[in-house]
Amino acid sequence: MSEVTITIDGLEIKAREGTTVLQAAQENGLYIPNLCNHPDLDPAGLCRVCVVKMDDWKIAISCKLPVKDGMVISTEDPEVQQIRKNTVELLVANHPMTCLTCERDSTCELQKVAHYVGIKPDDIKRYRRSVRSIPMDTSNPFFDMDHSKCILCGICVRTCDELQNINAINYAQRGVASLISTLGNKPIAESRCESCGECVVRCPVAALSPKNTMEPMRQVKSICTYCGVGCGVMLGVRGDQIVSVEGDYDNPVNQGSLCVKGRYGYKFINHPERLKTPLVRKNGELVEATWDEALDQIEAKFSKHKGEKFAALASARITNEDNYLIQKFTRAVMGTNNIDHCARL
Amino acid sequence: MEERLQEILAPYKGKSDALIPVLQEVQAELGYLPEEAMMAIAKTTGVPESHVYGVATFYAQFYFTRRGKNQTKVCTGTACHVKGAARVIEAFERELGIDCGCTSEDFEHTLETVACVGSCALAPVVVVNEEVHGQFQSSSIGKVIEDLKE
Amino acid sequence: MLQRINSPSEMVEMRDFCKAAFARQKVRFLVCAGTGCIAGGSMEVYEELKRHIAERGEDVDVELLFEGKDSEAGASISGCHGFCQMGPLVRVEPKSTFYTKVKVKDVPDIITTTLDEDSVVERLLFKNPDGSHAVAEHDVPFYNRQTRIVLAGCGTIDPEDIRNYFAVDGYTALAQIFADHSPEEVIDIVTQSGLRGRGGGGFPAGRKWKAGYDAKATPKYVVCNGDEGDPGAFMDRSVLEGNPQAVLEGMTIAAYSIGARYGVIYVRAEYPLAVVRLQKAIAQAKEFGVLGENIMGTGFDFDIDIFQGAGAFVCGESTALTLSIEGKRGMPRVAPRPRTTEVGLYDKPTLLNNVKTFAYVPDIIRKSADWFKAIGTESSSGTAVFALTGHIKNSGLIEVPMGIKLREIIFDIGGGIPKGGKFKAVQTGGPSGGCLPESLLDTPIDYDSLDEAGSIMGSGGMVIMNERTCMVDVARYFLQFTEEESCGQCVPCRLGTKQLLEILNDICRGRGKKEDLDLLVELSHSVHGGSVCGLGQTAANPVLTTLRYFKAEYEAHIYDKCCPAGVCKELISFVIDEEKCKGCMLCAKNCPVDAISGEKKQVHTIDQSLCIQCGVCFDKCPNKFSAVECVSPKIPVTPKEKMEVS
Repeated sequence: MSEVTITIDGLEIKAREGTTVLQAAQENGLYIPNLCNHPDLDPAGLCRVCVVKMDDWKIAISCKLPVKDGMVISTEDPEVQQIRKNTVELLVANHPMTCLTCERDSTCELQKVAHYVGIKPDDIKRYRRSVRSIPMDTSNPFFDMDHSKCILCGICVRTCDELQNINAINYAQRGVASLISTLGNKPIAESRCESCGECVVRCPVAALSPKNTMEPMRQVKSICTYCGVGCGVMLGVRGDQIVSVEGDYDNPVNQGSLCVKGRYGYKFINHPERLKTPLVRKNGELVEATWDEALDQIEAKFSKHKGEKFAALASARITNEDNYLIQKFTRAVMGTNNIDHCARL
Repeated sequence: MEERLQEILAPYKGKSDALIPVLQEVQAELGYLPEEAMMAIAKTTGVPESHVYGVATFYAQFYFTRRGKNQTKVCTGTACHVKGAARVIEAFERELGIDCGCTSEDFEHTLETVACVGSCALAPVVVVNEEVHGQFQSSSIGKVIEDLKE
Repeated sequence: MLQRINSPSEMVEMRDFCKAAFARQKVRFLVCAGTGCIAGGSMEVYEELKRHIAERGEDVDVELLFEGKDSEAGASISGCHGFCQMGPLVRVEPKSTFYTKVKVKDVPDIITTTLDEDSVVERLLFKNPDGSHAVAEHDVPFYNRQTRIVLAGCGTIDPEDIRNYFAVDGYTALAQIFADHSPEEVIDIVTQSGLRGRGGGGFPAGRKWKAGYDAKATPKYVVCNGDEGDPGAFMDRSVLEGNPQAVLEGMTIAAYSIGARYGVIYVRAEYPLAVVRLQKAIAQAKEFGVLGENIMGTGFDFDIDIFQGAGAFVCGESTALTLSIEGKRGMPRVAPRPRTTEVGLYDKPTLLNNVKTFAYVPDIIRKSADWFKAIGTESSSGTAVFALTGHIKNSGLIEVPMGIKLREIIFDIGGGIPKGGKFKAVQTGGPSGGCLPESLLDTPIDYDSLDEAGSIMGSGGMVIMNERTCMVDVARYFLQFTEEESCGQCVPCRLGTKQLLEILNDICRGRGKKEDLDLLVELSHSVHGGSVCGLGQTAANPVLTTLRYFKAEYEAHIYDKCCPAGVCKELISFVIDEEKCKGCMLCAKNCPVDAISGEKKQVHTIDQSLCIQCGVCFDKCPNKFSAVECVSPKIPVTPKEKMEVS
């Protein structure tokens, strides 16, 4: 791929041909404020915050503007600054001021942009403030939808369409009444949403936020135990508990994406009802036993059923290593290929 | 309703670009677009449900609740505005006892505004059940409503 | 003879045949069947005319003319004449006698004077300001300064019968290009004519056609934009209703030029009559082989579909319009994006023009590019069509040469402000345009001059406002419109128009702050610079122009809590002048909240604590008394004294 040279605010940078000005800036470590852009999605150009001036005359949106050799970009032109500032002020004037208790405090993109633009309390006082009061959708077991915080960047809609191809949500109504909605604005749990949470992780504000919001102390790289895809996960650990799961962006299999099970179905690991010792049925009742006792029983009974009359069904909720051993045992010891897994895709 | 709906939808199987004409046809039949109808449209045309709703709510022509037997639309085009459309609306609100944009409880009347019907030379204009009343005077509201009862 | 046309040369024969047939009818009563006149009862007049003519033993069936029979008299409908305010209109050919406000009961008089006495019904003629009567249509001041090209057929031919269009050279332009011109030559003619897009932007049509021709991908589409959403505009509606065939012919010529096989006419949901007329027009055009497959036997195919819009102003924007046809939300595509001529409908090359732009084309082809260029100004050739409405004596549809001064339109054609009112402002360009004051009345009408003055040409709405119009309220009105019609995808338009509207609402309610004026200007510029499409980019124009030309009015609202025009309800009170009140009870009887007290023959008073400022008393008080006055600022309401409990 050939390279071009562009100038941003007097700084010459190299950019790959075919990229946008915003991408080129980001790849060179330059920050151009933006809200509706996400690297996984096609640029939409709707928030207008990434506005720049091109070649000293044209106002353009850097997330949609392809780089061209010799192009001169200004992000600090007075007109650009004014448009950007007013645009961010408008968003803030229509946004709840509950930052301290907000789940996205300090990771919120709107906060970041407002800070960058330099909005002062007096700037906002000039505006007529209004925050929409649409009831929160808490129907989904894993995440909530708070329309009052939504900035209508459309990242969730594009994620659901471009990445997941589910289209559970879309823009509805128009103008200031616009909102992200299912058919008839029914609770999202009643829609075809599969709760993959891909929209939740991409939401730049806390309009979509996970119900469980405990911050981990450290992260551990692992592989999802659910199915044969083998998605990379980052398990968030606090003490001896797993408190969060994130997709592993470096894993080539899923590149950060996860499904509902991988992302939200981790509670079983620390679940109080999880079995920690073998159970053996005695007089019709399952009672705790030692491993020796259990293994003796298995040996005695399995050895009578070797060959094709035996079949093994492995569980998704054990480690991949254990699953490997089960199939090895079934084939090598029990002498059959009748082995399957509950989450086979 | 179910049968009639299927009859309307039949020719549009898999035709996602016909969404707006389908919505128009279904509304012409049912008077508004109930959720079940939109779900059926989604199923037939192959357009996701959320998109059917997104498109339907984008356009002012589509309604999602049952409407009155008589529909009064007060034009609020520029010419009508400067000639007192706001007063005409208020007069209708008083006379019908409903707010603009609402339907009376007995489903007799729906009162709403329309952006411009393009009969500006006759401003102010009121459209009652497709009939255009030009150079409208609030004092004739009583008669207009009386005529509807026949 | 009345059959499918199989070669371009047969078209001329068809024209002559139709011309001759209509000439066999000695007198023809043309009844306007535009939306305005229909609302006034013109169809009943038409039926009555037919009945009376038939009673006289005349054959009213137009088909007989084509069979070679002569007829003394006949009646037919016509498209909108433009002078809607005076409707129902009846025009009597061949003398073009022009009757206004015709009622069913007038029909016998019209019949006898015309057919028996060769005279006119004076009481139905247009009365000039000097008291004299105008007999023919072209004698009426409203018409005699107009240059009608696009509107020429509106009001003179029956829009529901293609043979009328044939008789006035219809489709001969198409035949001519088939016979003599290559697509490039047609594009050259359009380019040379200087025709600019009549949708409002004024983009040179020839350049657009050339881009459509150059586009490589197929199939190509021709789309006619009939989504006339500007409030206060009805030019396109009148053309579609009054002369649909001209639009179809223009589109077919365009299709031939760029090599398109399919066309779509996008018609607003609010124009049901236009849809009906177009459906008939398309069916008839296909029947005669001037549309559809193998047009005029040349092997060229072109089909036109009608798409009915579903009510969204933003769909007037070209990319939103094509998305809407595809069954999507009409949200304009975000720039930078390819032009519609490259990626348009179904992502294919699409030539999209306004109704009038297409309707001009047949005349330009027939009469030459130079003929068109000679009309109007250097940079804006041809004519402009306006819907002249608001506080104006003669309101209706007019067509004038570009370059004419606003003053001529308003005072000569429009007849000035009615009821002794005073001119205050003229609004052009709808919600994207601006309000110009009296000092700019000598601005010539063309794309560039209006732009310079802060307004725009727009698609042709022209609303005249008198001194009783509040300019802050007008700005508020337009912002309310754009706020409602904003598609909502981009932040500056969605939230910017809302913020502007809320500020204007506050100012109108007397809650404006002194820093609001600066904020209005600042936000207006950012909404202009930051928005995705033309709707947002121009949304603040009404604010900026009213601020530029009527700033004192804003200041009166903010500092003095006064609405000088007496419009903003929260800032006005109605009072009764004791000297003038004759105690006629009219106001008291009509007050919806019983706020007016006073017996018959006694001076009435308004209880300010009950009054809702509906203005009914003001309207009802007879002009000869004019006892009700509107005052601003508001009279403070003194709370009623507490009643002692005994």
